[in-house]
Amino acid sequence: MPDEGTAVLDVKDLTTVFQTRQGNVHAVNAVSFELQPGELLGVVGESGSGKSVTMMSLIGLLPSPPAKVAAGHVRFANSDLLKVSDEQLRSVRGAEIGFIFQDPMTSLNPVFTVGFQLMEPLRGHMGLTKAQARARAAELLDLVGISDAKRRLSDFPHQFSGGMRQRVMIAIALACDPKVLIADEPTTALDVTIQAQILELVKELRHKLGMSIVWITHDLGVIAGIADRVMVMYGGQVVEQAPVRELFANPQHPYTKALLETIPSVRGARPEKLQVIEGQPPILYDFPRSCSFSDRCAHAFESCRSQNPPAFAVGADHTVSCHWNAEAGAPRNG
Amino acid sequence: MAELRQNPLVEIEGLKVHFPIHAGVFRRHIGDVKAVDDVSLQIYEGETLGLVGESGCGKSTVGRAVIRLYELTDGHIKIDGRDISHAGADELRPMRPAMQMIFQDPQASLNPRMTVSAIIGEPLDEHQSLSPSERIARIYELMDQVGLNRSFANRYPHEFSGGQRQRIGIARALALNPKFIVCDEPIAALDVSIQAQVVNLLEELQKKFGLTYLFISHDLSMIRHIADRVAVMYLGKIVELAPRDDLYADPAHPYTQALLSAVPEPDPEHEAKRQHIILEGDVPSPSNPPQGCNFCTRCPKAMDICHEIEPSFHAVGDGRYAACHLLEDR
Repeated sequence: MPDEGTAVLDVKDLTTVFQTRQGNVHAVNAVSFELQPGELLGVVGESGSGKSVTMMSLIGLLPSPPAKVAAGHVRFANSDLLKVSDEQLRSVRGAEIGFIFQDPMTSLNPVFTVGFQLMEPLRGHMGLTKAQARARAAELLDLVGISDAKRRLSDFPHQFSGGMRQRVMIAIALACDPKVLIADEPTTALDVTIQAQILELVKELRHKLGMSIVWITHDLGVIAGIADRVMVMYGGQVVEQAPVRELFANPQHPYTKALLETIPSVRGARPEKLQVIEGQPPILYDFPRSCSFSDRCAHAFESCRSQNPPAFAVGADHTVSCHWNAEAGAPRNG
Repeated sequence: MAELRQNPLVEIEGLKVHFPIHAGVFRRHIGDVKAVDDVSLQIYEGETLGLVGESGCGKSTVGRAVIRLYELTDGHIKIDGRDISHAGADELRPMRPAMQMIFQDPQASLNPRMTVSAIIGEPLDEHQSLSPSERIARIYELMDQVGLNRSFANRYPHEFSGGQRQRIGIARALALNPKFIVCDEPIAALDVSIQAQVVNLLEELQKKFGLTYLFISHDLSMIRHIADRVAVMYLGKIVELAPRDDLYADPAHPYTQALLSAVPEPDPEHEAKRQHIILEGDVPSPSNPPQGCNFCTRCPKAMDICHEIEPSFHAVGDGRYAACHLLEDR
């Protein structure tokens, strides 16, 4: 167990490549980040920006081939998750690192009862007996707000509604008291009123259980409500990361700015026309040598097309990968 | 827009669409899924009516029933003064050009074996007799209007991104100069930065051709941007209908209030202070709706009367309608 104040999860230069017939697709390019104890890190980006692939590669959930984690270190509890044996990785996955997926229907097995699926990690990872596991499973269902928990253990997934199924998924992910919970678009498939219920539940559980959470989403509204720190991804790279208030109040990367401007709100002034980001996100057949946003960027100049910008520190815990200094309105020096 | 309000293009009166449930060895009819249960609406010429609600509330069924892609169980639909509620296939066919639809999933609604020009040209072949040169000229014109490069005319849908595919779907819907287009969640499958491109395109086309939209969506913030009036559906019924600004500034129905309160806002300062109305439980099954008001099982303000008597859909202000017992005296 690392000391207080040091990161639970420390990812350095993670690079994942998909080998396809059209060539290698560089989905994750030298991504580095840290996850502090008890922190909720929001990861935003469009589809194809590499946010899910990053999280899947660091706990070895991608099928290989086609995926290959080409480089990087993932330090978790004094070991490098990219180097440990499959067996060791299995003992971490589901026990110390929990995962919640987007679609609660396809991630639960339809032929087993919810109780069986909840008890599986408890018996496998924690070595509980059947009776102990059953008691703990009922406790977990109760924790995520499913009433009449004991009886519902023998129900099948199809007997639950979408929101309830997502609660079951959360219960399974929490079963072994993980240190880190990775939630991949957990509310995207749900309706807004159900999403509000799940968000409320997660906020409450966070305080109760004190784990670190990585929350992947494309919805900046959700991020604004729950995250402590935000990481914006584009073209398989982290383009900006900052504490949540700082990011929304003072976005530095042109992509983050554009993203914040394109989304309409239910409140405040209503613009006549929506701001758009022209063009399409890139498909990276090569490791990026230039800024991958430069084709869509209003500020792009020569350096952007010849050199991939490194992360510049622009404030307390705020870094941005951009050659353009938004504050000065001029190219960054050095 | 206000002066256009006088002229309703689409009139829906007591629309009901029920899907029968059959069960047992003899496939006996044991009940109905009341997907749409007594909906009345008017859509004025040149406006965008937003239809919002959660999944399963019947909003897409309304959209499809309006242009008669479903048989009606009951009720009347008039488009441009003509009653089409029970028109047969032969009667409907000459009217189809005036009413078109844009579908949610551009992947599923475009034939993967047809080129872009064949997809956009198909309605022209079906309804007009153009010479080959006129036909291709019209296809190019449509591609220009939706911002697709002409050189892509012989490509197949899989070669395009989601946003571009949706543009192909829009070009096809525009081919016959329709008056009325049902947009069924046209942006739900797209990324945020692409959504704005498509919404802006739809707005430009509306201005240019004086189109009338029924815009179906679950995204309240996008509806606020595009719609002139908004109808909120819950479990097969419209619970509130109001001009856009009134609805967002002062939602009258408890369901609309909860729905708006549940939308997360991209503003951490505001989110930290905000009190969300969290609705308990889930939407009841439309095959077995609760007695009284459909929303009574989840309503934070439910009273005894709500469990017994169904509230009527009545005027609650200038151009505003709602179905709620709390608003009876308004």
